[in-house]
Amino acid sequence: MDGSSDPNAARKAWLSVLSKAPATDLANLWTKAGYDPAHEVLRAPEIGAVMVRGRAGAVGAPFNLGEMTVTRCSIRLASGEVGHGYVQGRDKNHATQAALADALMQTVDAMDVDASIIAPLRKAAEQRRATRGAKAAATKVDFFTMVRGED
Amino acid sequence: MYVAVKGGEKAIDAAHAWLAEERRGPVDVAELSVDQIKGQLKLAVNRVMAEGSLYDPDLAALAIKQARGDMIEAIFLIRAYRTTLPRIGGSAPVDTESMSCDRRVSATFKDAPGGQVLGPTFDYTHRLLDFKLAADGDVPNAPERQSDDSSKPHIMSYLDREGLIQPEPEGAESPPDLTREPLELPADRALRLQSLTRADEGFILGMAYSTQRGYARNHAFVAELRIGTCAVEMYIPELGFAIEIGEVELTECETVNQFQGSKTEPPQFTRGYGLVFGMSERKAISMALIDRALRWEELGEDNLGAPAQDEEFVLYHADNIQATGFLEHIKLPHYVDFQSELELIRKLRREAMGCNQQQEAAE
Repeated sequence: MDGSSDPNAARKAWLSVLSKAPATDLANLWTKAGYDPAHEVLRAPEIGAVMVRGRAGAVGAPFNLGEMTVTRCSIRLASGEVGHGYVQGRDKNHATQAALADALMQTVDAMDVDASIIAPLRKAAEQRRATRGAKAAATKVDFFTMVRGED
Repeated sequence: MYVAVKGGEKAIDAAHAWLAEERRGPVDVAELSVDQIKGQLKLAVNRVMAEGSLYDPDLAALAIKQARGDMIEAIFLIRAYRTTLPRIGGSAPVDTESMSCDRRVSATFKDAPGGQVLGPTFDYTHRLLDFKLAADGDVPNAPERQSDDSSKPHIMSYLDREGLIQPEPEGAESPPDLTREPLELPADRALRLQSLTRADEGFILGMAYSTQRGYARNHAFVAELRIGTCAVEMYIPELGFAIEIGEVELTECETVNQFQGSKTEPPQFTRGYGLVFGMSERKAISMALIDRALRWEELGEDNLGAPAQDEEFVLYHADNIQATGFLEHIKLPHYVDFQSELELIRKLRREAMGCNQQQEAAE
C-alpha cells in the first residue's frame, strides 16, 4: 500500500473504492454527473464467485474460508482506454459503471471524474468507517484498580 | 431402494401453494422485506452466509425469507445457488491484523495494546426479555468517542516474539478446496479449517464443549477474539496487479492452549484457530477448540479416543446440508423397500408359527 513506490497505486486505489461502494451510491453519483461515454463492451457484466482465503493462525498456511459474490465487466471507450470493473455483489449496473469510471479515470477527464465520483465515494466510505470506529472506541474498557487498604 | 412412482402432482402443487401462503403469514400484518431481514436479523444472515459458504447478505436474507426462518433450509438454498456461480478466482489471504475492529477482546492480557473493545455484544446483558421491543420504539444513538486509531496487533505476535508459542508453518499458495474435490482423509489443516468454518454451528459447539468437559481436554484460553471488516484483495490478470474487490465482516478467534515440549524443543504454548464469516463468536471459538483438538497427531499428543480428536467423525458429520439430506430422505417414499421387509417378516412369522403348530400337533 506504499503509494510512493507502486506505479499502479492510484488506479488500485480508485478501483478499490469502486468495488466496495454501495451500488446505489455509485448509481446516484453517476446519474448526477451525467456521464455517457461512447464505448464498446469487451466483457459483458458477469456474476461469479471468488474464493476468499484466510491463514491458519492468522499468519500461517492459507485455507479456503468461503466464497463471496463478485460481478465483473470490461469496456473500451471510443477513445481507446480500457476499463475494468470488479465489484462486490451481484449488481451488473455497478460493475459496468465501475468499468466506465475506471476507463474515464485514465482520460483527460480524470480530475472531473475523481471529483464527482471517486472522491465522494471515498469520503462516504471513510465516514462510515469513522462512525463505526467511534462507536467501537466508546466501548473500549478503561480499567481502573480500586485502592486497596493493605495496612 | 428408490423406484420412480407417478402421481401426487396435484397434491404437491397444492402443498407448495399452501407453503407460500403460510410463509406470508396473516395478510393483515405487513410483509417482511429482505432489507429488514438483512438489517434487523443480521446474525441469522451471518450464519446463513457462514454455513452456506457464500458471503452475500442480500442473498442470505432472501434465503431466510424463503425458508420461513428455517436456517438449515436457508443454508441449503445458498449452497444450491453457489453451485451455479462461475469461479472468478481466489483471493489473497485476508489480513486480519489490519481488520477494522468492531470488537476485540483478549482473555489473556488485560492491557493488550489497542485495548479491550467490547463492541455490540450480548455479554453483560441480563438476558431478561425486553418488552419495550414488542412495541415500536426509537433507539437512542450509541455513544461515540474519538477513536485513537491505535493499531491492534495480534496478541499472539507478542508470544511469538518470545518464542513462547508454536510457530505457524507456511503452506501452499492454493490450498485444497473441498468444494472442488471430495473431502479425503487424512485431511491437512487447511482442509480441516475450511470444513469447520462452514460446519453446523450447533454440531461444532457440542464437539468443542466436549473438549472442555474432558474429552481430549486441551485447556484453551481465548488469547484474542476480534470482529470487524477486512478488505478482500485479488490479483486481476488483465490489470497485472491486485486490487481490493470488496470487504467482508469476519470473526477471528485465536486460542492459546496447554504447552508441551519435546526432547528437542523446550515447552511452548500451542494454538487453535477459528475464522468465520460474519459476527459469530460462538462459532469462531468452537472452531478454534476443535482445530486444536484435531491437531493431536502433528503435536505429538496421545489419541485419547475422544470424539473431537476423530477427524473422520468430526469432518464427516459437521456439514448440516449433507446430514439433513441423508437424514430427511428417509421420510420420502420407501414403499417397495418396506414392502419387501413386510413380506419377509410375515414369512418368518408364518414359518415360526407353523413350526410351533407342528410341534404342538406332534406333542
